[in-house]
Amino acid sequence: MNIIILVKLVPDLVEELTVDASGAALDMSWLRLIINEFDDHAIEQGILLKERGGGQVTVIAPDVEGVDDVLFTAAAKGADRLIKVKGDFSAGVNNHALSRAFATIVKGLQPDLVLTGVQANNDIDGALGPLLAGMLEMPYVGYISGITIDAAKSKVRKEYPGGLIAEMEVNLPAVLGVQAAEQPPRYVAVSKVRQVMKTSTIQEQSAPTLDPSGGPTISRMFQPEAGGRATMLSGSADEISAKLVGIFKELGVL
Amino acid sequence: MTQDIYVVIEHLRGQVAEISYVMLAAARELAKGQKGKVVAILLGKNAQGLAGNLAADRLVSFDHPALADFTSDAYQKVLADLIQKDQPRAVLFGSTSIGTDLASVLSIRLGLPLVSSCRTFSPEGKFVSQICGGKIMAEGDLPMPTALITVVPGGYKAEDGQSTQAPAITQAEVPPLESLRVTLSKYIEPETGDVDIAKESLLVSVGRGIQNQDNISLAEDLAKALGGVVSGSRPVIDQGWLATSRLVGKSGKSVKPKVYLALGISGAPEHVEGITNSDTIIAINTDPAAPIFGVAKYGAEIDLFDLIGVLTEQVKQARGG
Repeated sequence: MNIIILVKLVPDLVEELTVDASGAALDMSWLRLIINEFDDHAIEQGILLKERGGGQVTVIAPDVEGVDDVLFTAAAKGADRLIKVKGDFSAGVNNHALSRAFATIVKGLQPDLVLTGVQANNDIDGALGPLLAGMLEMPYVGYISGITIDAAKSKVRKEYPGGLIAEMEVNLPAVLGVQAAEQPPRYVAVSKVRQVMKTSTIQEQSAPTLDPSGGPTISRMFQPEAGGRATMLSGSADEISAKLVGIFKELGVL
Repeated sequence: MTQDIYVVIEHLRGQVAEISYVMLAAARELAKGQKGKVVAILLGKNAQGLAGNLAADRLVSFDHPALADFTSDAYQKVLADLIQKDQPRAVLFGSTSIGTDLASVLSIRLGLPLVSSCRTFSPEGKFVSQICGGKIMAEGDLPMPTALITVVPGGYKAEDGQSTQAPAITQAEVPPLESLRVTLSKYIEPETGDVDIAKESLLVSVGRGIQNQDNISLAEDLAKALGGVVSGSRPVIDQGWLATSRLVGKSGKSVKPKVYLALGISGAPEHVEGITNSDTIIAINTDPAAPIFGVAKYGAEIDLFDLIGVLTEQVKQARGG
């Protein structure tokens, strides 16, 4: 089983996000990029499949700040092969451009299964997985929280609202968008990642010219009015607690 | 080529999904400016009964056994065929488990532009998308010629997409649906937990800010003192710190308690979707820019760990214990 996992780095939402001077894009200079959390689940799911049924796991990510750490961490978890896609990603790229960059490389690797996070927080032109599936003419199913491989088919659990699950059969090769791995992404100690850095190598492959066509043109970006409606309670923990108790009484729950 | 706005109606096991009505309301706003009609697209098997209250000018129905339940491959085939033939001004999909399986693939297959996570539209043809967990809005002109769009809830009321008059129905010919690569085996019902959070009147809900499983007991103490139960957002459930039956939001339950106390929950759109029917939302978060403060009635910018012990004690005292 040749499993390929596509990883994207996204803005860390814990940090303050600002719009740049153009008024139409995020200010990248102060932006901290982290692995898309759904991609982290995709890595976990890929490694679980390898542990259960054997095979090779390849993780591919674009060459942006922090990518080496992300790839080496994946190797420490059990990924066999790491590929960094070289290209000018400094200004940010949309998913149409990124999926075209990935498509050529993925095609050459002849995967049985391609996994990626079902979505990412900066998606503005669809999600990476189904765009890639469209390009490679593979079937796509997203919102996946469980995968079993059986010969040339995969049996997947697709999530619907309210906790309902649809069990579907998907012919391989396929692209699957992972919502959650069957177990929480495993933890690896920093020392193990450091060790892996010495023994693993990251292969570099160049992306063809990045082509964003198919995504929208953004004319303005802005922050919604934060805290627009909430009445903010201030003071010490004691004072805020007292105010909350007052509110609970008023609402008749205390 | 028409100026019509198409809406792909989502339904699951005999029920129209609420996002379908939200999309119809959005489509009406768009159609006004484009001087087009709102056209509902319904794929299913004997599903026309669902058309009754859809606020559309007309409805195109595709009826076929392979469309009885949603599967991406079959739906993509039918929609690719339709969009290519009719070339409407825009096609709306839900930003959901169903819609996102379709829109991106069709964008590539048909070579048409796609805008995702749209919340509102102006009659002049501008969209506003919600990205970065609801912290950033992105505005632009609807791309030409046919814009494929995924829609998030929050911008329009479902009621505005409902009508007392059923749309005129046209039966359309279903293209050949052979050698499908995705098939439905069965549905698996949601796990029933010890409590049904959708029926609870007070929820102490925890997010990523709770940091680890051991801290869940702090929330349980507070919930117990308040006579409520603990629920959580997606990251908490995915970590296995709470049972799936306690999940609030898009992929979990929609809740409607008297009080929803959100501790360390940022308020990503997927979560907010499940709490909008709460009577009163109270949010505790260290990040003043957390979108949860935009939907809460009361908020406090404080570390939940500084607050939770003190609050639990004060609640116990107020109860006379």
